[in-house]
Amino acid sequence: METMSGSAALMRSMEKDGVKQVFGLPGGANLPMYDELFKSNIRHILVRHEQSAAHMADGFGRVSRKPGVCFATSGPGATNILTGLATAQADSAPMVAVTGQVPVKMIGRDAFQESDIIGMSNPVVKYAFQPRKPEEMPLAVQRGFYIAETGRPGPVLIDVPKDVQENKAPMEFPEEFQMRGYHPWMDPDVTGIERAINMLLSSTKPIILAGGGTIISSAFAELQAIAEMLGIPVVTTFKGKGAFPETHPLSMGPIGMHGHAEANKIMIEADCVLAIGTRFSDRSVGTVEDFEKQLKIIHIDVDPAEIGKNQTASVAIVGDVRASLRIMLSLLGKKAKHEDTVWRKHAAEVKSYWRDNLKIHSGEMSAARILRKLREVLPKESIVTTEVGQHQMWASLFFDVIQPGTFFSSTGLGTMGWGFPAAIGAKVAKPDVPVVDIAGDGSFNMTENSLATSVLEDIPVIVFLVNNFTLGMVAQWQRTFYDRRMIGVDQKHCPDYVDLAKSYGAHGTRVQSLDELGSAIKEALSSNVTTVIDIPIDPEEDVLPFVAPGTPLKDMILPS
Amino acid sequence: MMHGMLSILSLLVENRPGVLFKVTHMFRSRNFNITSISVGETSDSNFSRMTITTNGNEKQVNQIAKQLDKMIDVIKVEKLDEHSTIYRELILFKIKISSSEDNRKINDLARAYNGTIHAVRKNSIIVEMTATPEQINAFENLVKPFGILQTARTGMAALLRGNDV
Repeated sequence: METMSGSAALMRSMEKDGVKQVFGLPGGANLPMYDELFKSNIRHILVRHEQSAAHMADGFGRVSRKPGVCFATSGPGATNILTGLATAQADSAPMVAVTGQVPVKMIGRDAFQESDIIGMSNPVVKYAFQPRKPEEMPLAVQRGFYIAETGRPGPVLIDVPKDVQENKAPMEFPEEFQMRGYHPWMDPDVTGIERAINMLLSSTKPIILAGGGTIISSAFAELQAIAEMLGIPVVTTFKGKGAFPETHPLSMGPIGMHGHAEANKIMIEADCVLAIGTRFSDRSVGTVEDFEKQLKIIHIDVDPAEIGKNQTASVAIVGDVRASLRIMLSLLGKKAKHEDTVWRKHAAEVKSYWRDNLKIHSGEMSAARILRKLREVLPKESIVTTEVGQHQMWASLFFDVIQPGTFFSSTGLGTMGWGFPAAIGAKVAKPDVPVVDIAGDGSFNMTENSLATSVLEDIPVIVFLVNNFTLGMVAQWQRTFYDRRMIGVDQKHCPDYVDLAKSYGAHGTRVQSLDELGSAIKEALSSNVTTVIDIPIDPEEDVLPFVAPGTPLKDMILPS
Repeated sequence: MMHGMLSILSLLVENRPGVLFKVTHMFRSRNFNITSISVGETSDSNFSRMTITTNGNEKQVNQIAKQLDKMIDVIKVEKLDEHSTIYRELILFKIKISSSEDNRKINDLARAYNGTIHAVRKNSIIVEMTATPEQINAFENLVKPFGILQTARTGMAALLRGNDV
């Protein structure tokens, strides 16, 4: 056994796990691990705020399907990553956060920059470790990575006291380890899948609802094969957006609060839903009772606790989505018979009607038009992240994902400021494809200092800034539900985003027409330099359709 | 179920600092309630057994069991059926006594309920009882008229009958 410090063991273990880079910010309590990082081959990507480090790791994890790693010091450094952990937890993203902690003997004494990050993070992590001896490091790291990326992925925290980082001990790096209480894989129940097939085949108005789990397990080909084999229309949750090509004739788009009109319309008419990798979020299905009442639910999920949590399933299949769909496909082989059913024709008509007749804002630079322009110019393999707000929902409505698994958003926690650092993480994971953050001004404001990281670390991304000079979604709610009593939403004194970008060494450009926008996107794509495209729009433009909170999907508000 | 809607869950967990916190926190964060809890190391010091009673309908209790089972420090979760389970609580009653007659009556009642008498003083007596919650409640009703000064009650400990491990 080799004798080394806890920090050296941390680096060795991370290298064994294939970690190539960490996103982080050093401080007093994690200096020993930074000193080892200096000696290692792992790249350090310096952030300007620890929350952004967590979002970058999250973005990296969602794209690469391997845990992104972020480093933070103790106390405020650690508490700054809590939002990032909660975001990753809400969207089941693989991540490992490594925080510094005060020395073991100081824990519990309210030492300088001490926080009980294990206690604080418990509700928002999949698991947390705090090695108390250096020799515990290798196993903590190995287990941490294993937990983060297996089963239903999630964030793991490893909190390392400073003396554990510094002190040396003989280290063992076991190739295999046992975790008695962790069983991430369950073989899908074939009998359940057979029942599901019979239920689908005997229904007259079946629909497929694909959630984020479909993207996490990369079950794109299987989903498309089943949909095409049975001729079933596909809706997605917002997190599942892009699990199925949105340009496909069977795609109806995302359902829910800001879902597509055609998706919500067809969802409420269905009699049987094959729900894949979804937790039936209130944002997706509206009021639970109304949703459950109207149709038979077949629910596939890797997490047994999701079965029956929000909706009661007629048939439940616990298992990896891709594995389950593969079994379904093999069983369907003999039974499936694609027919151009009345239901399918109806779905196509509903889609065609709403695509042609949904009213959009009349201005040239309406949200619909600018996002369609982005789609038109952007290569289909590009990765898109979003911030949180109106622009996010316009992206849901008007930006079609062509290549599955290329669209990412903070859908569970709804974390403003997520998109830009996540885009940087995504670009690190896939440096060869363009990465665009569809942003709103309010949300971009929260982490715009990541421009420094993007420029100085040479991780170029495009910020597509839908700028309405307001906290747009809050403003829309105040207009709609609070009789226009507008408070706290005016962002007119935001920085000049073109100058801001330039001051960080990025490119900045402002566009006033669709032609200018098209040129600006093309220029940003070819420049390979981080570019902020500032796109001023009408501050009064609303996101519609809209299902008000606490109401069923059938009560969707349409643009008048 | 006993106590109307009460359910008993038996958990085998890692014997590690913080596990009790995580388990109880799951109840809080998921909006469930713990009505009693008892925890103790098993004969194998790597594990502890937690016995938790909770209320809720069948769907809620199933969800609680699934959320517990999902926790990495929880090795095994069992929903215990009261008919095939041995379940006990321990309670100490400090009861007011005003006369030797009171003392005699309380002694008789304690004997009838297999209780043990402790700390006999001029004005009070402590009765220890290990029994089912129903028996404890029945005893409590009988001694209430004397005046119950204090009680200290553990959570329930429960094990399924049979050879399961």
